Amino acid sequence: MQAMPKWADAVLIPLISILLAFFFSGLTILAIGKDPVVAIQTMVQGAFGSTNGLGYTLYYTTNFIFTGLAIAVAYHARLFNIGGEGQVMLGGLGVALVCLAIDWPHWTLALPAAMVGGAVFGAAWAFIPAYLQAKRGSHIVITTMMFNFIASAFVGYILLNYLKVPGSMSTESAGFSAGAHLPTFHEMLAPFGINFNKNAPANISFLIALLAAFGFWVLIWKTRLGYEIRSFGESESAAKYAGINPVRITVIAMMISGALCGLMAINNVMGEAERLIDNAPEGAGFIGIAVALMGRNHPIGIVLAALLFGFLYQGGAELTFWEAIPRELIIVIQGLVIMFTGALDNMVRAPLEKLFLTLRKNKKGA
Amino acid sequence: MVSTTHEGRQTPAAPIAPSTAPLAIELRGISKAFGPVQANKDICISVRKGTIHGIIGENGAGKSTLMSILYGFYKADSGTVLINGKEVQITDSQAAIAAGIGMVFQHFKLVENFSVLENVVLGAEDGGLLMPSLGKARKLLKQLSDEYELSVDPDALIEDLSVGHQQRVEILKALYRQADILILDEPTGVLTPAEADHLFRILEGLKAQGKTIILITHKLREIMNVTDSVSVMRRGEMTATVSTADTSPEQLAELMVGRKVLLEVDKTPATPGAPILEVEKLTVVDSHGVTRVKGVDLTVRAGEILGIAGVAGNGQTELLEVLGGYQTGTGVIRVNGQELDLTGKASDGQSRRARGIAHVPEDRHDEGLILNFAAWENIVFGYHHDPEYQKNAWIMDNAKIKKIAHEKMERFDTRPLNEKLEAKSFSGGNQQKIVLAREIERNPDLLLIGQPTRGVDIGAIEFIHQQIVALRDQGKAILLVSVELDEIMALSDRIAVMFDGNIMGERLPSETNEQELGMLMAGINNGADATLSEGA
Amino acid sequence: MTLMKSFLGAAATLALTAGAAMADPAIIYDLGGKFDKSFNEAAYNGAERWAAETGGTYRDVELSSDAQREQALRRFAESGYNPIVMAGFSFATALEAVAADFPDTKFAIIDMVVDAPNVQSVVYSEHEGSYLVGVAAAYAAKGDTVSFIGGMDIPLISKFACGYAQGFKSVKPEGTVIVNMTGTTPAAWNDPVKGGELTRAQKSQGSEVVFAAAGGTGLGVLQTAADEDMLAIGVDSNQNYLQPGKVLTSMVKRVDNAVFEAFSQGTDLEPGFNVMGLANGGVSAAMDEFNAPLITEEMKMALAETEAKIISGEIVVHDYMSDSACPAY
Repeated sequence: MQAMPKWADAVLIPLISILLAFFFSGLTILAIGKDPVVAIQTMVQGAFGSTNGLGYTLYYTTNFIFTGLAIAVAYHARLFNIGGEGQVMLGGLGVALVCLAIDWPHWTLALPAAMVGGAVFGAAWAFIPAYLQAKRGSHIVITTMMFNFIASAFVGYILLNYLKVPGSMSTESAGFSAGAHLPTFHEMLAPFGINFNKNAPANISFLIALLAAFGFWVLIWKTRLGYEIRSFGESESAAKYAGINPVRITVIAMMISGALCGLMAINNVMGEAERLIDNAPEGAGFIGIAVALMGRNHPIGIVLAALLFGFLYQGGAELTFWEAIPRELIIVIQGLVIMFTGALDNMVRAPLEKLFLTLRKNKKGA
Repeated sequence: MVSTTHEGRQTPAAPIAPSTAPLAIELRGISKAFGPVQANKDICISVRKGTIHGIIGENGAGKSTLMSILYGFYKADSGTVLINGKEVQITDSQAAIAAGIGMVFQHFKLVENFSVLENVVLGAEDGGLLMPSLGKARKLLKQLSDEYELSVDPDALIEDLSVGHQQRVEILKALYRQADILILDEPTGVLTPAEADHLFRILEGLKAQGKTIILITHKLREIMNVTDSVSVMRRGEMTATVSTADTSPEQLAELMVGRKVLLEVDKTPATPGAPILEVEKLTVVDSHGVTRVKGVDLTVRAGEILGIAGVAGNGQTELLEVLGGYQTGTGVIRVNGQELDLTGKASDGQSRRARGIAHVPEDRHDEGLILNFAAWENIVFGYHHDPEYQKNAWIMDNAKIKKIAHEKMERFDTRPLNEKLEAKSFSGGNQQKIVLAREIERNPDLLLIGQPTRGVDIGAIEFIHQQIVALRDQGKAILLVSVELDEIMALSDRIAVMFDGNIMGERLPSETNEQELGMLMAGINNGADATLSEGA
Repeated sequence: MTLMKSFLGAAATLALTAGAAMADPAIIYDLGGKFDKSFNEAAYNGAERWAAETGGTYRDVELSSDAQREQALRRFAESGYNPIVMAGFSFATALEAVAADFPDTKFAIIDMVVDAPNVQSVVYSEHEGSYLVGVAAAYAAKGDTVSFIGGMDIPLISKFACGYAQGFKSVKPEGTVIVNMTGTTPAAWNDPVKGGELTRAQKSQGSEVVFAAAGGTGLGVLQTAADEDMLAIGVDSNQNYLQPGKVLTSMVKRVDNAVFEAFSQGTDLEPGFNVMGLANGGVSAAMDEFNAPLITEEMKMALAETEAKIISGEIVVHDYMSDSACPAY
């Protein structure tokens, strides 16, 4: 028996949390002397009001779906992968190396190869902390976090010394050849007579992300591996009793997590920048933690949470463009959303549970 | 310090006759619901001052909830609490302490790396400086230990003390806070029979001083031995309150379960066959480098139950873990004549299962089950690689598993019969039935079974015992580990007693008694009180 | 299709509301943010000066991700801002794409060359200015060791370092110039703690004057140099006031002038290639009341002479970026 119906747990609580977060964000906006209603309008219009805005929103969403899924896979094994950022960075390197390696004739060939490149590099980067955790007991939170810094330095070094165009100032690789350019929504939707803005960066990776979310669901709830990952996560002692090898599960779960992070690079590196820039993930690895947390580690929740954060990113950009609201405040708003939906979950849950109980009692009494 | 004066009533010096003494605690109409579950329903109890009152009931009957209300952990939905005739509001544990209530929990709430003295004073320091409190506590501790046989070394660290001594520290903590009413929740679960006897002597001493004691237990024998009166709870309700002298174990059991219960296990003599499990010189060193099992030899034959008695923490757990394949050891273990790998390199829980070894672990919450998994997911736990449960190389056949789970749960009379319910939603007995259904239905050659009825209600105990005996009668070998001596005596065809990693001796149930086993469990062959003198 | 209509309608509404300030100029700062006390802030100061002097209004924005470069450019161009100035070389790729789509909008990019008919590229002869402050460092140092701390290890910063070393060695040919870069990632632009550590390390190696071309990291260099009783040389903006009496001079890049000029010219912004050197006041060694006590007569004369020679072409300062090599170290 549950205190609350499932729909309340899955929909009502996040909704109330988000509304609370927006309420407090509104207060903050008011405090710096801007109009919160105009701000919200700007955000919503900017994020969903045009195909251009929508394209950016979905571009960010794609990033966050990948990293959210990645963090969630690890979390199902109760491994806290704080290293998403570094794994995305390495994934970017993998994707870039694949794209630059040969002159790709067509994206249909380049994309699968780049996906393999990104996933392998991301997984390899996650393997090291996983192995250290499983075999040496080094805490994975610490190691993955440290590996973010190492990744940043490593990718920076590779970029600077091997990939950078000689004489160029920017720490970035050469642009990918046309054969490695992914179709954007504009190109994908044109055959259907839909004129999606051609400058918006949303691309076919979004569909890959949705496929990944479906794959995640199958993996976690339908396969034997997922069963073992969840078992290990729920109770390590029980997993040992059942003959589930903790080392194997730790390593595999982390490598899947790293691979998903690495896959994100097909969106930002291959789909958007079409070259490898320095610090390409721009925090997506960390946002993934919030997305997984908010999405309750379920693919549907993760897709929705990713959309929310995509909205916050794109809407937030519009705020800085048009309302002269400093970008720091956008981070405050994102922080409030994370705080209310993640950390303060019980603040909403407890009173709501009580409410449902009283309602039920009254119904019984009547 | 030990104040027995209450508002000028009664002279406190002499022990008070229970029938005439004033009421120390009176609960009137206490109700408490957790969501849709009514944990306590209109509970009324009166306990007279200077008596020992037992509260007995199955797991989940609401005993612990009731005591948590009395100690301020939960707030009752309705009802009143009267202490010494006055209504009190127990809003938190501080208020309970102020009202003179002390609580000794089943799981001790002690700081492991603090000394006894520091633990006693913790939370009740007088002012900012620790030294005066510690000095005062030291004096009081000495006084109390003389008075009640509560001897503990005040400077010993908790982690160095035996559980029996740790429990005394808990009692001292309560007394230091001037408790007049002492509540003990399942206090003997972790004690040897001798330690339990000592505890009861302490309680008798406290009672003689006019303290009121509430003893929560599921052991009928303890109720019969030490209480003056007893309340029986069932499904959140108080079914009866009787004077202990006027009742019998059978009657109490019936009141608890709501129907007649067979307290004895009905079984025929064993007809042992060939040896199934042979253990030679098994030694286990745990991850902290402590040698837990020290060269154990034992044999279990087909069609017999070997019971291993002993106080928890004397190597039984590690013995089961090695046999179950998730602990390493040295020595030789043969099953059906074939040697098992003990290094952990070529074996794990799954390879053991493949050898026909089923294992009902001691701790079903941490090992036997995944509480957040549905029952159907638990019913394949450990056997999830079995081809029977697969759709293809990767995907499990969940629909088929659900069907199988339903059938198995039905055969083991699991209630509610809903395989989609999470394991945590089942009562202790039904959780154990899920584990048993999983392990026994695999038709193993050897069943390892640890604490089969821990936290299991009496009604289910009967069923579980029958299943174990039935498996034996099919000619399977069973290694039973239990800290419940009654259970060992009732089920075993042979009894081995473990103490400090050694088998102290083997006995036939017909040729031994609880006293002899109790001494073996304490690691001695004479002078049963040896553990009690060590702290003096 | 109705869906698309509503999309377009909404976009149009937004464009209308947003484009209210037609033909105002706009500036886009780089990821460092406009109050970095250095490059971006210089650009900001230029814009503010323009606003104060003309009473005009302008739009500015700080970015938080790389994908926003092109986005911000397009949104501003779509909304009719003209000209649009970009502070930083990182905008080059985005600008190349956007400039072609908005032929009627004028763009100015600082520190980078983008070859398009509607783009003005403003680049600075940092090597010349750096040469000048190198000469100043040589006169200020009693011994023969000075040092350089760069931000991120990129050619542009090596250009600073190389000019500085050439200037120093023109006075003390046997002297030593210690060169350190803070890092290889953009984080190196904003790591004052590491800047301080590097300064201390250089001091222990005998350096007396440290030239920081490191964005926010430089603030730590200036601070530590003051604490350690060294002299520091600031960069981009005039940073003499930050540690009065402890900053020998600042190699000022008049980014503010470039922004001011671009804003002033408005839609008539001259496209092309604009090199700002010593000759046209694009770079200089800052002199004000804060560093006056540090500037000796001898130094002042040497600086004036050097400056004249560079302008006249008598001294040709080697540009590191021309061949990725430096003759001075």
